[in-house]
Amino acid sequence: MKLTLHVWRQKNAQDTGGMVRYDVPNVNEHMSFLEMLDVLNESLIEKGQDPIAFDHDCREGICGMCGMMINGKAHGGFPGTTVCQVHMRHFKDGDVIYLEPWRAKAFPVIKDLAVNRASFDRIIAAGGFISVPTGSAPDGNAIPIRKQDADLAMDAAACIGCGACVAACPNAAAALFVGAKISHLGHLPQGKVERDRRALAMVQQMNIEGFANCTNIGECEAACPKDIKLEVIARTNRDYIKAAFTERPDSTSAGAG
Amino acid sequence: MSATAVSLPAGSLHFWQTTVGKKAIMAITGFILFGFIVGHLLGNLQIFLPPEKINHYSATLKSLPALLWGARITLLLAVGLHIWSSFQLWLLQRDARPIKYVKKANLNSTYASRTMLWSGPIILAFLIFHLLHFTFGTVHPGGPFDEHNVYNNVVTGFQVWPVSLFYIVAMIMLCYHLYHGLWSMFQSLGFSHPVYTPWLQRFAKLVAILIAAGNISIPVAVLAGFIKPV
Ligand code: FES
Repeated sequence: MKLTLHVWRQKNAQDTGGMVRYDVPNVNEHMSFLEMLDVLNESLIEKGQDPIAFDHDCREGICGMCGMMINGKAHGGFPGTTVCQVHMRHFKDGDVIYLEPWRAKAFPVIKDLAVNRASFDRIIAAGGFISVPTGSAPDGNAIPIRKQDADLAMDAAACIGCGACVAACPNAAAALFVGAKISHLGHLPQGKVERDRRALAMVQQMNIEGFANCTNIGECEAACPKDIKLEVIARTNRDYIKAAFTERPDSTSAGAG
Repeated sequence: MSATAVSLPAGSLHFWQTTVGKKAIMAITGFILFGFIVGHLLGNLQIFLPPEKINHYSATLKSLPALLWGARITLLLAVGLHIWSSFQLWLLQRDARPIKYVKKANLNSTYASRTMLWSGPIILAFLIFHLLHFTFGTVHPGGPFDEHNVYNNVVTGFQVWPVSLFYIVAMIMLCYHLYHGLWSMFQSLGFSHPVYTPWLQRFAKLVAILIAAGNISIPVAVLAGFIKPV
C-alpha cells in the first residue's frame, strides 16, 4: 500500500519545527508501524536527508519508550496497544497519517517525535519508591497481602510511564501516571508506610513540573496502553487530601538519644 | 527500625496551591451550589400553585434575615471560591500545553466534560442577569417590578420571549455543567468505585436533566399562556 505521512520535524529543542509531507510507497501490511518508519528513514538516509527521530527500545510493548500521536490519537488509539505494537494492517492504501510528538510543557521536544520525559523521572524520585533498609533479603511470603490488593497493585504497576496519558489529556495532566504509581505502592504493606508523604511529594512535584490539573474527562484512560483506570486518580486525590490535613512537622528530637 | 526517606520538595506547596487541592475546593463549593439549585427549583415550582403561595414563600424568606443572609453569604463565598479555583486551573491548563496539536481526536470524553470552562462563564453571565432581573429588579423588561409580588414579576418577566430564550439556553448549559460536575466532584474528593461510579454518572445525568427541565418548564408555561399575570 501507499501512504502519505505528515510528520512533525524539529531539528532540536530550540528549532520551531513544522509538519513535513512524505510519500511512502510499498508499505507491507505485515510491517509494524515503527518498521514502516524505519523503511521511510532508510530512504531518507539514501537521499542524504536527516532521518525522522522517534523513541523506541523493546518494540514489544513493555518498556514505555515509544510513543507518538497518530492522527491525533496517542499510540494510534488502539485498545491496550503501544505504537510499537501497532501493525500496518490497520491502515489502507491511500491513507493520510499525521504524526506528532507528545505535546506538553513538561515534555519538551528533543528532536522530531522524541520528547524529554525527565519530568516523570523527577516525580518518581520525589516519592514513587519505598524505603527499604539494607540487610539480608526478607522471606518472600513473610508479609500476608490480600489477593484483591495484590491484584490492584499489579494492575497499577502495569504503567510503563510512556506519557500517553499526558499527551491525550486536554489539560496535559499527569494524573493517571501519578495515580498509577500511588496505587501500585499504596496497595502494598511495604508502600503503606510512606503513603501520606508519597502523595504530598508526588502531587507537589507534578505541579512543580508544570502538569495541569485533572478534570475527570477520561481521555487518558482511553489512551493508556496498559488500561490503567481513572480510579487510580481518585486514590491520589484521597491520599493527598488526607495527607494534607494530617501531615505534621518532623520531630526535632526523635532519635537524638 | 529504619526511618523512611520520602521528603517533600523544597518550597512545599500548600493545599490550595496544588491542582488536587484546588479541585477539592471546586468539588465542595460545587456541592454547596448544587444544594442551592435544588432548593431554589423546589421553591420556584410553587409558581404552578395559586399566586399567594409563592408570594407568601418569598415573604417568609425575607422575614428570616439570619437564614436569608446566612445563605447569601455562604453562596457568595462558594461562587467566589469556585470561580477563583477554576480560573487558576484554567491558567495552569493554558500553560501546560504551549504548542497545540495539528490533529487531536477525542476518544472517551463527554461533550459536557470538555466544555466545563465554557458552560461555567455562560452560567455566571446568566446568574448576574438573573439577579438583576428577579432579585434587584433593575433589569426587568416586560412590566414594572414589584418586590412584594414575585408571582407577577416572574410572569411578566418571562412574557418577553428573548429573555425566556436566554433562560432556556442557560439552563441547558447548567444541565451539561451539572452532568459532569455532579459525579466529577466525587472523583475529585477521592471516591471512585467500579460499581458505584457508573451509577453515580447515571444519577448525575438524570438529576441534571430533571433540574434543567424543571427550571425550563416555568418560562415555557408562561410563553404558552398556561400561567397568566394577576
Ligand atoms: S518500544 Fe518498548 S514499549 Fe514500545
